[in-house]
Amino acid sequence: MRTGVFHENFAAEEQLWDSSTARRWMLAFTAALFALPLYGSDYVLAMTCIIGIHVIATLGLNITTGSTGQISLAHAAFMGVGCYTVAWLAKHGIPFFIALPAAGMLAALIGVLVGLPSLRVKGLYLAIATLAAHFILTFIFREWEPVTGGVQGTSIPRARLFGFELVGDRANFYLIFGCAFLMALAVRNLARTHIGRAFIAVRDRDISAEILGVSLLRTKLLAFALGAFYAGVAGGLLGYFYGSITPEYFVLTLSIFYLAAIIVGGSTVLGSILGAMFMTFVPELLRLTSHVSSQWFPGIAALLLPMGQIVFGVLIIVFLIFEPRGLSAVWARVRRTFHVWPFKT
Amino acid sequence: MNAPALYELLEYSLIGLLSGGVLALIALSFVLVYKGTGVVNFAVGEVMMLGAYLYYTGNVLFGLSPVPAFVLSLLLIALLAVLIERLVLRPLAGQSAVSVLMATIGMASILHGVVESFWGSDTYSVPPLLPRRPLNFSEVMIPGTAIGNFAVAAALIIAFILFFRYSKTGIAMRATASDPVTACTLGINIRFAQRLTWVLSGGVGTVAGVLIASSANLSPLLAAAALSAFAVIILGGLDSILGAIVASLIIGWIDAVTAGYLGGKARDVVPYVVVLAILVVRPYGIFGTRTIERL
Amino acid sequence: MTPELSESQRPSDWGGLSLSVEQVELRFGGIRALRGVSFAARAGEITAVIGPNGAGKTSVFNTISGFYRPASGRVLLGSDDITDTPVYGRAGLGLARTFQNIALFHGLSVLENIKLGGHHLMRSGLMSSLLYSKRAQNEELALRAEIERRVIDFLEIDHIRHKPVDALSYGLQKRVELARALAMRPRVLLLDEPVAGMNREETEDMARFILDVQEDWGVTVLLVEHDMGMVMDISSHVVVLNFGEVIASGPPAEVRRHPEVIRAYLGAEAEVAEEAVA
Repeated sequence: MRTGVFHENFAAEEQLWDSSTARRWMLAFTAALFALPLYGSDYVLAMTCIIGIHVIATLGLNITTGSTGQISLAHAAFMGVGCYTVAWLAKHGIPFFIALPAAGMLAALIGVLVGLPSLRVKGLYLAIATLAAHFILTFIFREWEPVTGGVQGTSIPRARLFGFELVGDRANFYLIFGCAFLMALAVRNLARTHIGRAFIAVRDRDISAEILGVSLLRTKLLAFALGAFYAGVAGGLLGYFYGSITPEYFVLTLSIFYLAAIIVGGSTVLGSILGAMFMTFVPELLRLTSHVSSQWFPGIAALLLPMGQIVFGVLIIVFLIFEPRGLSAVWARVRRTFHVWPFKT
Repeated sequence: MNAPALYELLEYSLIGLLSGGVLALIALSFVLVYKGTGVVNFAVGEVMMLGAYLYYTGNVLFGLSPVPAFVLSLLLIALLAVLIERLVLRPLAGQSAVSVLMATIGMASILHGVVESFWGSDTYSVPPLLPRRPLNFSEVMIPGTAIGNFAVAAALIIAFILFFRYSKTGIAMRATASDPVTACTLGINIRFAQRLTWVLSGGVGTVAGVLIASSANLSPLLAAAALSAFAVIILGGLDSILGAIVASLIIGWIDAVTAGYLGGKARDVVPYVVVLAILVVRPYGIFGTRTIERL
Repeated sequence: MTPELSESQRPSDWGGLSLSVEQVELRFGGIRALRGVSFAARAGEITAVIGPNGAGKTSVFNTISGFYRPASGRVLLGSDDITDTPVYGRAGLGLARTFQNIALFHGLSVLENIKLGGHHLMRSGLMSSLLYSKRAQNEELALRAEIERRVIDFLEIDHIRHKPVDALSYGLQKRVELARALAMRPRVLLLDEPVAGMNREETEDMARFILDVQEDWGVTVLLVEHDMGMVMDISSHVVVLNFGEVIASGPPAEVRRHPEVIRAYLGAEAEVAEEAVA
């Protein structure tokens, strides 16, 4: 609670940004982001687009795994489903505002199927089920040539808005940014309602949750469906952004990447954003380091992928041990110091 | 069924059953840790792979003969197991099972990255350890390696069963597994028992990895063999050695028969379909104990 | 104007139901945990289930909650047979419960835990929730208002409502768990060892709350407890279990003198001593 902020009714307390200071910060942040294409370099713009896509996917995984505790290794595969669906729909002339939700819905449907074992099993069994689903789906990506283009991959026509093609990072930036903003808001809203609370209840003590009337079946499947929906949309946006895709993109390492993101970031919306940002910077940092040090160590570029795997694994373990609630908890601690200032605690 | 078709089926079946031996070793590696410490080790395939690569380094790159190379890799894997127990699992004690599982997923990622960093992603070949001469029964040909692998696996599993049944250390480990607190009060060194569990698990995995590498080849894809092992673990139940044995024979059989009839590509996907089918139909496996949660 | 939830609010409008188990037989493998257990908790009254450790008290509760399926026998809520109702369906019928070892959700604050008690009353769908539409918002605020008015004030926990539950003392956690059960608008309240591990003062507070719940709201209370003083003070009916069987039932004064009960708790010598004294 900020010093000097008082609420007079419950509605005021339940607001997302509950003080004029918070509202002003949010507005400033949004405006700065909105105007980014005007002052940001191409590199920054492209990075922000990627971050935006990762944020959406991370938000999704946070619903399935972070909030509801259902470990999913199939997240990369769900993104693939979304990406290929958008590719197929766009080739048939479907505009993006139908294609993206449709991609999400299809991914959600598959997410429900993948999540079905979660009703009977937990923990390792569920992880293995999602692992199996990952391999089956990527097999389909590689083999179903008429639709996915097989191992060669496929191209994705750019998104169209009233006849204008959304080509280039600037146009895609607004598309991605808009989606990310709306979807983050949706998750935040969910957390304020009984559905969001039910997710956490199922994660913490599913027996208690059942006693309170929470249907484990419906809640777990919903967690998978929503998570997959977000991944599907992220995959679709990925397709529009890159313009082409191959099955090689959707590997198991990507799912582990997102797992690291939710552990590093934490299970809140802010955590998803921080985690996605952090995790995007890590491979970039590795890339820059290898580029710089390739003068002394030629051939270091080949080590990039395995180094990434090592770093993701180390991040997961280190954060689990030292900061299990992620960067969002660190942020909250820092913020609290500022909020209660001039008091100490 | 006519005679050639019958022989074909017989050949695939026998190969499958024999290959189940190695699968059983991988499953054993997993079950040891689960029964001994309650930890679900997602990195079982990667440990196996690292063991195989270490053996390769000793045997091929340094020119050591098989036994010293093997011993060296066992020692290094044992060291790794101790490090894992000390640096990763001990700090995480008390956190939820989900957290520990995610930590082992992280471990798997690290090990995979380490292997690819040091040895690259090319395929290497390892000199065969066991006789390669195939055995012929009229129309049916069984590669020698299949028999050899099975024999080694069976010997090792029997040794383990005897160890846990009759040896003092084995019984102490079982006590630690079922009730660490009581075991501790009885004077059993539970830290040592748990570490030994990890060491044995790593050792078994190394044997499996070396067997696979020497009969097929060595590449980072070796870890993928663990995925078939997950099917075995699920089918046999997480905590049952007997279940692991029976299940590995079944899975080995399914694997070989489908690879034989449907071709190589199917091999990529069939184990996973099987896993999903098992999870939907009989999630706790044939022999696994259905946990009754005490509320 | 405080928004209102769907149905009638006043506790006295939805009084307690009776709860009975009939000839319940529960087995775990070869062990008969409950053998033909039958008893009834009368509507609007406080009934206690007592017995030595391992007598089967928690098994009875778990059967009533629906976690254990009896091999034979029935569980009746009011006049409805709920033996086959799934666990999560029983909340909507008015069955609430607390646990022996506290089962709060540590990822949530006190208020959020209590709000989960009202889960089965919420009707907003997925889309309303994602958009936080007027409908969802009104429902949330109505729930908040009801909880603040009826539960938080009643149990005197307003000062900790935003605290994470992990930060609370044991006694307060137990109170929050009771609050959560009350938020369910229960008609039958199962309390599993509500004062276990509490000191004198906390026990008296909890006893007072339980009595208030039963008197003001007319809720049927069924409790398992070891604290004999409290049991004898507040319950109107006592059922005694031993080795999975009902060995006595009746008003507290009667049950405490029952020879079977004395023998179960104190052994055969105590019975002789009682006779010698009487």
